Amino acid sequence: MPEVTPTDAEDGVQIDLISGARMEEMASMEKVRLILDGVRDGNIVILEEGLSPNEESKLIEVTMTEISPDEFNGIEIETYPRSETADRSFLDRLMGRESTKKLTVIGPANQIQTLHKDENLISALVSRK
Amino acid sequence: MGLLTGLRDSIARVTERLFSASDPKRIGIYGPPNAGKTTLANRIARDWTGDAIGPESHVPHETRRARRKENVEIERNGRTVTIDIVDTPGVTTKVDYKEFLEHDIDEEDAVRRSREATEGVAEAMHWLREDVDGVIYVLDSTEDPFTQVNTMLIGIIESQDLPVLILANKTDLDDSNVKRIEDAFPQHRTIPLSALEGDNMDEVYDRIAEYFG
Repeated sequence: MPEVTPTDAEDGVQIDLISGARMEEMASMEKVRLILDGVRDGNIVILEEGLSPNEESKLIEVTMTEISPDEFNGIEIETYPRSETADRSFLDRLMGRESTKKLTVIGPANQIQTLHKDENLISALVSRK
Repeated sequence: MGLLTGLRDSIARVTERLFSASDPKRIGIYGPPNAGKTTLANRIARDWTGDAIGPESHVPHETRRARRKENVEIERNGRTVTIDIVDTPGVTTKVDYKEFLEHDIDEEDAVRRSREATEGVAEAMHWLREDVDGVIYVLDSTEDPFTQVNTMLIGIIESQDLPVLILANKTDLDDSNVKRIEDAFPQHRTIPLSALEGDNMDEVYDRIAEYFG
């Protein structure tokens, strides 16, 4: 496979696809850090299995503390809308377990724009820095 | 006998105050920026206490700190429900100070407002995780409710098992569409209202008493 040169990298947008297995091993704040470090480098981060509601809440909170004028405006995040009936089985609800398996796309707010979203499709426009 | 009855009644009243009515529920008013959260908070506070909570504005992020109005006593059907209203900054995942420049705000003030807005959103998220007992989720019924912020916030509220009322605000505007909100969140009750005009506030108070009383 040909090596990517620094010039190529500057011309393109890096996309990190992170597997559910890799995220499963991590603590909540490690996940938030992994996402924000990637996004702040101008990358698009795609999570195979998304975040739990509590982790989404922490992601918003930490994002807010890192916003800085002319440097970082925050994030754009998109997931498929949560399906109430499909997401949690009766046993999951009984045990208080949250199913979070939903593909999630996160990028810098000034580089990614959602064009369309419905239950089955997310269409986004990504630009370079 | 009368003295004993009187004494028993006063003890009962004190005990009741100490153990049941002593902790008003803290109800957070949440939603995206410019949905009319402060207009609603002011309407509720003025109707039942005579005071307002904070300034209202068409400029996004006018509310940049969570503000609490304590001991708002709402009377419905002969009983009184006491709540603390927490008006929170509109939740978002991005803040660009340049958006404030479009509202005739100079750059220095815009940067300050954006910094305060980000702190306010972080504060609102913290309140939601730690410090509220119920949520009034306010949406602008002229806007598309299928946004990521709405999806995430409703998910966070549901995961905390907090009682939530969804209010479809701004029904006084021509392009208001309450059904779109009902369809977006069918698992929750949606109440139409105009906080600005005070339309349908009776139903809002009935449901607040029912959900949070």
